[in-house]
Amino acid sequence: MLSFVLQRLLQSVIVVFVLSIVLFVGVWLIGNPADILISSEASEADRLAAIAALGLDKPLWHQYLVFLGNAAQGDWGASFVYKEPVVSILLQRLPASLELGLVAFLIAVGISIPAGLYAGLKPESLLGRGIMAFSLIGVSIPTFWQGMLLIVAFGIALPILPVGDRGQLATHFGITSSLWTLDGWSHVVMPAFSLALLKMSLLMRVTRAATMEISCLDFVKFAYAKGVKSRKVIVGHILRNALVPLVTVTGIELGNLLAYGVITETVFSWPGLGKLLINSIKVLDRPLIVAQLTYTALLFIAINFIVDILHTVIDPRVKSVMRRRTA
Amino acid sequence: MTEPFFQVDGLNTWFFTRQGMVKSVRDISFDLTRGEVLGIVGESGSGKSVTGMSIMGQIDEPGRIVSGSITLNGEELTTLDFEEMRRYRGRRIAMIFQNPLMTLNPLMRVRDQMYEAIGAHEDGSRRKMHDRCIEALKAVGIPSPEERFNAYPHEMSGGMRQRVVIAIALLLGPDLIIADEPTTALDVTIQAQIIYQIRRQIDERGLGMIWITHDLSTLSELADRIMVMYAGAMMEIGTTQEIIGSARHPYTRKLLDSVPSRNTPGEKLKQIPGNMPSLLALGKGCPFASRCERATEICGEPVPATQLSGTHRIWCYHPFED
Ligand SMILES: Nc1ncnc2c1ncn2[C@@H]1O[C@H](COP(=O)(O)OP(=O)(O)O)[C@@H](O)[C@H]1O
Ligand code: SF4
Ligand SMILES: [Mg+2]
Repeated sequence: MLSFVLQRLLQSVIVVFVLSIVLFVGVWLIGNPADILISSEASEADRLAAIAALGLDKPLWHQYLVFLGNAAQGDWGASFVYKEPVVSILLQRLPASLELGLVAFLIAVGISIPAGLYAGLKPESLLGRGIMAFSLIGVSIPTFWQGMLLIVAFGIALPILPVGDRGQLATHFGITSSLWTLDGWSHVVMPAFSLALLKMSLLMRVTRAATMEISCLDFVKFAYAKGVKSRKVIVGHILRNALVPLVTVTGIELGNLLAYGVITETVFSWPGLGKLLINSIKVLDRPLIVAQLTYTALLFIAINFIVDILHTVIDPRVKSVMRRRTA
Repeated sequence: MTEPFFQVDGLNTWFFTRQGMVKSVRDISFDLTRGEVLGIVGESGSGKSVTGMSIMGQIDEPGRIVSGSITLNGEELTTLDFEEMRRYRGRRIAMIFQNPLMTLNPLMRVRDQMYEAIGAHEDGSRRKMHDRCIEALKAVGIPSPEERFNAYPHEMSGGMRQRVVIAIALLLGPDLIIADEPTTALDVTIQAQIIYQIRRQIDERGLGMIWITHDLSTLSELADRIMVMYAGAMMEIGTTQEIIGSARHPYTRKLLDSVPSRNTPGEKLKQIPGNMPSLLALGKGCPFASRCERATEICGEPVPATQLSGTHRIWCYHPFED
């Protein structure tokens, strides 16, 4: 187990390293920020001075090494636009995105797994079909469209929920969040549901398919044949085996929720990272783009790591494969 | 002969699918005495598994037992509700499935799957359960049972897993065990070993067994009586001697012909030409008529049973003469 963890950590470091190069080159290819940041009326001397100040006069490999050296020391550079360290900009925006993503994740998982399980156990029932119909609608409606529909329905026509912003914040245990206040929750519920809808629908379908597939297997019939109670067969055999594929899909969805709330954040004017990323790409704010994409990459690497660990916990077969491989 | 403890009488199990009614089991009747093995044989799709699952009370939607009676020790099973039937499953009637690689939950240790079987019906300390499980594993000839007890299924061979499944089936001392092609997926040596172990348990404990297979040859050493099924219906039933030695039904004869002969190894397996009729569109006559060389016009009429001896019964208008 320990050697597995170390092996995965080493892999992760290599992935981050390679990714940073790709990112750096990719961002460089998008365009030269000097063209956008420096006004066209500036004199040639001013222009060169500005380029030198941003470090853009050095060759790309040099820029990269400088970036890498600073990044290793926790200095991710300053935003070209805000002139502030990118780390502090990210930290300002991060809590809002994490809040939204986590609440959306809880909604998605909390609804989709029981619903998908039910639909898989009783595919012919009215409720089972209803769940499928819901999930079909959920995957078909574009996120911005259902988001606006929700705003019109619950923010305007039936004004029970506030629209826009995070609401009242509070600090407990050193964490400042809107989730500590009722007002904060009333703000986050609607965008979180909107963000969750697509993932919820996907997860429902995955859960239903896994449940139907596993229910037909002999070990489930055998468990019933032993006289095990239905509830125990469903939880201990069917759901437990369904978790193997579900953990993977859920992990990817969690990553998506935490990283790609761009549309939802825009529709609901949510002060998170999504809007920030769009703006930084528009103005070619290189340090900010690189920092945000690196954050996304780290997020996915961390989630993959957790998913792998969960797999070894759930499925003993994974552990023996690993033992064979590392032996 | 001793009194039968288990009876199936006029069993009909149908599936109400969108395409129509699939009459998987039609008018099946048989009984079983203690210490007896009844073999059920027939091609794939003839309704053997559905017969077994009907007895277990495990027919899923859209299927259901339409009519007939199943009695164990005089108790009617078909009218029991789910919870009442659950108390019978595993305790009074146990079932073994075809694929030993799939019958055990891959995520659970053998230990927990055995505890679960006991825990479904009895309370008891882990200590007592543990000793019982080890006993059961020993009884089916599992070497180093303590080690297997703590193993996961994937750490064992197919034959060993099937022994574990049999041990679980025997765990609570059932009256009846239904084995649905339990050795089909195993190689011949392992198959013989397992059949030997099972026969021993049946003789020692005096339990009844229904052994489902599509391969008549495994039944010659194991079964006391054999029932031949085709397209959901009974074709012939009799003692093993009567069926293997002097089958009278054209379908049974074809099945016997398709068994690879032991004297001429390498001989090509003779398939019975033609296909089983769709269970959705069965006529009132003999279902085998479309593939039968002896068929005549009368075979389109409902076929009555003919009692050939005290034990030998047949459904055919033109049986072979002895
Ligand atoms: N759940 C089901 N829905 C519809 N038809 C079924 C179902 N289960 C079994 N059947 C039908 O019942 C027939 C008998 O199946 P089965 O008892 O499994 O045959 P076998 O003799 O090979 O064990 C098959 O034709 C099959 O199509
Ligand atoms: S009843 Fe007729 S068709 Fe059926 S097996 Fe006998 S001879 Fe053949
Ligand atoms: Mg079968």
